[in-house]
Amino acid sequence: MNVVNNKWIGQRTIRPDGVDKVTGRAAFAADTTMPGMIWGKVLRSPHPHARIRSIDTAKAEALPGVKAVVTARDIVDFGIEKGAVMLGIQDMRWMCRNVMARDKALFPGHPVAAVAATTEAIAAEACKLIEVDYEVLPWAIEIDDAIKDGAPILHEFNKFDGKPSNIMGRIESKKGDIAQGFKDAEIVVERSFTTRPVHQGYIEPHACLISVAADGKTTIWSSSQGQFMVRAMTSMLTGIAQSDIRAIPAEIGGGFGGKTIVYLEPLATMLAKKSGRPVKMVMTREEVMRATGPTSGSKSTVKIGAKKDGTIVAAHGSFYLQAGAFPGSPIRGAVGCSFAPYDIPHVLSEGFDVCSNRSKVAAYRAPGAPIGAYAVECVLDELAEALKMDPLALRLKNAAKEGTKAAHGPVFPRIGYIETLQAAQSHPHYAAPLGKLQGRGVASGFWFNAGGESSAQVNITEDGNVVVTTGHPDIGGSRAGIANICAELLGIDYKRVSVIIGDTQTVGFSNLTGGSRVLFASSMVVTQAADKVIATLRERAAKLWEIDPEAVKWENGAAHPVSPNAGQFEPLTLADLAEKAPSQGGPIGASVQLNTQGAEGGFGTHICDVEVDPDLGIVRVIRYTAVQDVGRAVHPSYVEGQLQGGVAQGIGWALNEEYIYNKDGKVDNPGFLDYRMPVCSDLPMLDCALVEVPNPKHPQGVKGVGEVPLVPVMAAVANAVHDALGKRFYSLPMSPPKVSEALDAPAQQAAE
Amino acid sequence: MAKLHVTTSVNGEPVEFLCEPYETMLDALRGQLGLTGSKEGCASGDCGACSITLDGRLVCSCLMLAAEAEGHEIRTIEGMAKGDRLHPLQQKFLEHAALQCGICTSGMLVASEALLAKNSNPTEEEVRFWLAGNLCRCTGYDKIVRAVMETAAEMRETHT
Repeated sequence: MNVVNNKWIGQRTIRPDGVDKVTGRAAFAADTTMPGMIWGKVLRSPHPHARIRSIDTAKAEALPGVKAVVTARDIVDFGIEKGAVMLGIQDMRWMCRNVMARDKALFPGHPVAAVAATTEAIAAEACKLIEVDYEVLPWAIEIDDAIKDGAPILHEFNKFDGKPSNIMGRIESKKGDIAQGFKDAEIVVERSFTTRPVHQGYIEPHACLISVAADGKTTIWSSSQGQFMVRAMTSMLTGIAQSDIRAIPAEIGGGFGGKTIVYLEPLATMLAKKSGRPVKMVMTREEVMRATGPTSGSKSTVKIGAKKDGTIVAAHGSFYLQAGAFPGSPIRGAVGCSFAPYDIPHVLSEGFDVCSNRSKVAAYRAPGAPIGAYAVECVLDELAEALKMDPLALRLKNAAKEGTKAAHGPVFPRIGYIETLQAAQSHPHYAAPLGKLQGRGVASGFWFNAGGESSAQVNITEDGNVVVTTGHPDIGGSRAGIANICAELLGIDYKRVSVIIGDTQTVGFSNLTGGSRVLFASSMVVTQAADKVIATLRERAAKLWEIDPEAVKWENGAAHPVSPNAGQFEPLTLADLAEKAPSQGGPIGASVQLNTQGAEGGFGTHICDVEVDPDLGIVRVIRYTAVQDVGRAVHPSYVEGQLQGGVAQGIGWALNEEYIYNKDGKVDNPGFLDYRMPVCSDLPMLDCALVEVPNPKHPQGVKGVGEVPLVPVMAAVANAVHDALGKRFYSLPMSPPKVSEALDAPAQQAAE
Repeated sequence: MAKLHVTTSVNGEPVEFLCEPYETMLDALRGQLGLTGSKEGCASGDCGACSITLDGRLVCSCLMLAAEAEGHEIRTIEGMAKGDRLHPLQQKFLEHAALQCGICTSGMLVASEALLAKNSNPTEEEVRFWLAGNLCRCTGYDKIVRAVMETAAEMRETHT
């Protein structure tokens, strides 16, 4: 038996990687060098849509200092006609074309060639010497332009409704019969919304350093949300076997979903292979903004019908999401999550995946869900207003609970959504007075959360301390959570637990850091590994004491006899047993590899206060409270950090962030000055209320927490703006020009 | 083009290096000086991840030419702790979980130290506006602002 005293779980311990990060010692992707290293640069398409007739690299190759040039010919081709080759949610047919354009360039910034040279300056110069013969084609950036009749078609093979189309697919979630449901409704609200593409905005640009030996043995140093994803994609795109690729996870300077795919690694690998030299590649911020991420822009229509008492009887949502150049927008998140907080008998939720001449979208924190929730939660606000109901009361009346069948399939187990609504209702924030031009809005949100493959090793060092190795890059403090859990299980000070992220050749396969899965999944495997270690420790003590292992308990970091009846022995500590290990059966450690199950969805409810400056059109968030069912807050500070970070991103999405395109079809604001993410002076303190309804399927009750906090934000801000001004906005961002325009317009017009 | 010879001081130590005329201070620090604690997030002075001080003044090292260091005193994140003794700001950032991914942390700390050197008793608003040039995408700034204010309060107590 293992006696835990709950000393470390829930403690705000110092994170294991903390000192490295406050002293500048932590090594991120761009921070390392190798002997003999050279520099790689990418040549990118200047056109939004162009057929590539030919590429002549002769002049670039002849430039002194140039060591290698690669084009699509050097990247493994996954033929479109051969069908999907999936790696996770990514189809390698699109990945191979996204990392290097093949027959067509599909967005400005699309790579067409890459060069490695002895200096960055020579590599950049060589890129200019590459001659690309383009046949410039008509292009479409916005959804309406991409789906109208006669729109330029990005992927000629694709048909929708029997015609060539940029609509690459449709999915739906369905429950009941909405036609019947709307017949039963006494009040119906239907509205349409648009959102703009927004970037994940990680401060660390993509970077990698790659060495390929003559025998193909490859070392990749890069930051990503999954070193195993990096290995697999690089392997598939270069033809090098996975067993020959050691992908080492650097510290990652922010990801938010945007680092769940590769951009540079396959190119740098081929440059390194061809040149025989280690190759370093680092994107500029402009390259990040033009060619990576973002999440989709969207247009949505949501219709909700209710009885006069507020009972929702039917809901219909249709969500068109931009995929960018290749199929794969996060329609599943928009379709599945939008109505999930509510128990509605008749639901139809449809999503359309729309390609256009923008960079391919990448995951962004609860991909798709914030887009859907923005529309649904704004319509609910109007419904509450029409019914003269408190918006939280309307949500409570219809809240999903244990036993509710969600439209996207599952029947919910014990969930904490109602608890978040109740906590919001009774929070002092909800009753606080508001001043002139101030308003309050609420909104809720849901995210699926994920389990999946994880591996971990727990090894006892010769001096009786602990090293835990997991396979997941830590983007939000997961090492701190693992240290707390391992210290708890082993009954030792958390400082004796060292948590590291293994590379692909030293720890078992671990799926992406994504889907809010890392602490859920890795603590599950770490718990099982620690349990095995504790079993070994008890066996060792039992052997030394010559008693049955069942008569030994593990408590406070030492083996004890379970009772005086078992015998009178001095406790054997972890250090004692580590010291005796060589003579008692050898090293003590365990590794566990699992496909973890039981990740339950997460719910949050947010309260937002804004103040509007009517002269400048500036909306300021003046108070914010995020309430969330977090399962179990293993390290409360980093749980709060997830909530606060998600809220800040949502405020940016709601109020300022957007890609602005010029008349040539190029992003006109590819930098942090004009792509305006929230800065410190834009935000108030961000309050968190953690509701803990433990996940019954997890040893510590953990639920994913990282993604839910972005889902409700834009609707909460929009509903607050309406409360402040009496006007509703149906498109994001609610930036100063739009707000000023609405304030200048007659009231009736703005309400349309 | 001939390289320039620069004699300067970095974190109190005399330093000499050669640089191209177009090279930034950030390039010199991260390149030949091997001080990679300062980060490049934008190279346009918008994110503050490369913050250093030049004769005590807070600057973005990506906007400063390396040659401009001649005869001046540079301080970077690597000079903030004294041996194994962390600066109170570093300690408070750890205690408050005022960092997540850590890419902005060097710049935040350098900027915060520069603030406290000028103003030992900043209001929340003063902290927020001073740090407005340092982007953080992970934390929403809440815990950073708290850590800076609490450090200031403790440093005032220690000094009186």
